[in-house]
Amino acid sequence: MRNACSEPVPTGRAAPIGEVGPESGTIATMNVVVCVKQIPDPAAPAALDPQSHALVREGKLILDDSDAYGVEMGLQLADEGGEVTLVSMAPNGEVSGIRTGLAMGAAKAILVSDPALAGSDALSTAKVLAKAIERAQPDLVIAATESTDGYTGTTPVQLAELLGMPSVTFAKKIAVAGGSVKVERQTEAGYDEVECPMPCVVTVTAGVVEPRYPSFKGIMAAKSKPVDQLTVADLGLDASSVGWAGARQEITEVAAAEERAAGEIVVDEGDAHERVVAFLEQLKLV
Amino acid sequence: MAIDKVWVLAEAADGSPVSTTLELLTKARAIAGTVEAVTWGGDAAAVAGALGDHGATTVYDVGDLGGKLPGPVVAAAVAELVRSGNRPDAILVPTTYDGRDIAGRLSAKLDLPVLTNVVGLEVDGGELRSQHAVFGGTQVVTARFTGDGPGIFVVRAKSFAAEASGGGAPQVQAVPAPDLGVSGAATIVQRHAEERSGPKLDEADVVVSGGRGLGGAEHYAMVEELAKLLNGAPGASRAIVDAGWVPYSHQVGQTGKTVKPTVYIACGISGATQHLVGMKGSKNIIAINKDQEAPIFSVADLGVVGDVHKVLPKLIEALKARG
Repeated sequence: MRNACSEPVPTGRAAPIGEVGPESGTIATMNVVVCVKQIPDPAAPAALDPQSHALVREGKLILDDSDAYGVEMGLQLADEGGEVTLVSMAPNGEVSGIRTGLAMGAAKAILVSDPALAGSDALSTAKVLAKAIERAQPDLVIAATESTDGYTGTTPVQLAELLGMPSVTFAKKIAVAGGSVKVERQTEAGYDEVECPMPCVVTVTAGVVEPRYPSFKGIMAAKSKPVDQLTVADLGLDASSVGWAGARQEITEVAAAEERAAGEIVVDEGDAHERVVAFLEQLKLV
Repeated sequence: MAIDKVWVLAEAADGSPVSTTLELLTKARAIAGTVEAVTWGGDAAAVAGALGDHGATTVYDVGDLGGKLPGPVVAAAVAELVRSGNRPDAILVPTTYDGRDIAGRLSAKLDLPVLTNVVGLEVDGGELRSQHAVFGGTQVVTARFTGDGPGIFVVRAKSFAAEASGGGAPQVQAVPAPDLGVSGAATIVQRHAEERSGPKLDEADVVVSGGRGLGGAEHYAMVEELAKLLNGAPGASRAIVDAGWVPYSHQVGQTGKTVKPTVYIACGISGATQHLVGMKGSKNIIAINKDQEAPIFSVADLGVVGDVHKVLPKLIEALKARG
């Protein structure tokens, strides 16, 4: 672990433990909601649908890696009394990614599943998630800073605004004490210590904690954990405000980017560094 | 319908506008007749000159935030302005930690969608179209808003070049935020700045980045040493930041910094799309990687197929020998 900071910065794999519990005189049972997204396997080649220009989401969906950090953070904060509820949305009733989160240790899930949701933009997604999250009455809502497949990165904050909650984004450490969270928030210059009353929304960066692998026992238990499936109408939302109908933006064109000209390839036989030096000389950098 | 008025959320740090602010003002001038800026954080007096010099004729100042995180406060002030009838055609926001917070809050407050990861903007048939690099920059998507404006665009750093217009001092108008109650309650209690020697990562002429191919955190010292010898900045792939080898501030890529140095040297980086988005615009790219099939070689001007543990020490020695 390296860092160039003036004082020790707990980053990366050193897992912070939430100070939840009777000794810190805080919430006895903490209700943590973790927003999770089920995405196509990022290892598979991505494509846009030629007609709709939406991301093609065929085949099995998996839990977005970025969300595994949030689930782990939630589990650690709820460890001393409380539980984690996963909240997700999908147009097609897909649950395989949610099962992964349940197998890690989340107690239950709410899945908003409705064909009307296809094509939803970030704001529509936030409206749906907000209605679903209200039902769970959370003390804390955790989300990833952005998804791996769409990386819009605004949904959690839109969600916070719709829920009327404060928010702290880009958390690299979270602790809970006295009805508020203390967050180390990534900044351009380093990090800020931020205090925020609960309930609130916090987004976590990858590496905030080391996500656990689901155990065999966890995987078996996940099969019988409750997944509450709701439609857009169940949430009291108008179908015209979500999905393609509610998205007030469209893609007009998809084009190949200008490609870089193919470069020179040298195989190192002990002298490739000389070619690098010559290249840098040409650029007058040495 | 032409684009009459564009607002730029003018983020500042240490009394100067951040570079993306000036890039956005420059672009705004090219697409709109009137360019106005919104500032916050008590820097308005210090930054107004530079904003005017890049084309802003009015600066709306939210003022000092008293340590509150800017997102909800600035969004509330901007939303009030818009609701009062002062409606721009577009609002340009820099892709920064605070910029994204403000854009998200504003979007929900005004019930307007937001387009993020914008890398280009143009006027087509009297309306704004935005370009977005997708799939590691191999494809460019053009998008537009179909509903009522203002359109909120969150633009990535270095999408445009900043050029001064020679404009005079702008009019500064205070636009205090309304009382937000609990939604604006997140407060900064302490700031921590990392020590840095050498140029900033996103401003350096030379960037040397390391990836998982280094094999372990202890080998990152080679990357730092090479960067120092070339008066450059050390960078990193997401993989080694997630693994905790280096701080997040070193990350180049989609979730990290966008860099466009004269030369980018990728050491042991395979070139995931996540990474390519952040460095593909570099003027020259040198890649050193064991795997000849690594995608990084598809963007490299000079590709060295070799072991970083053999090539880098020799390269460092050779540069040291030259003094």
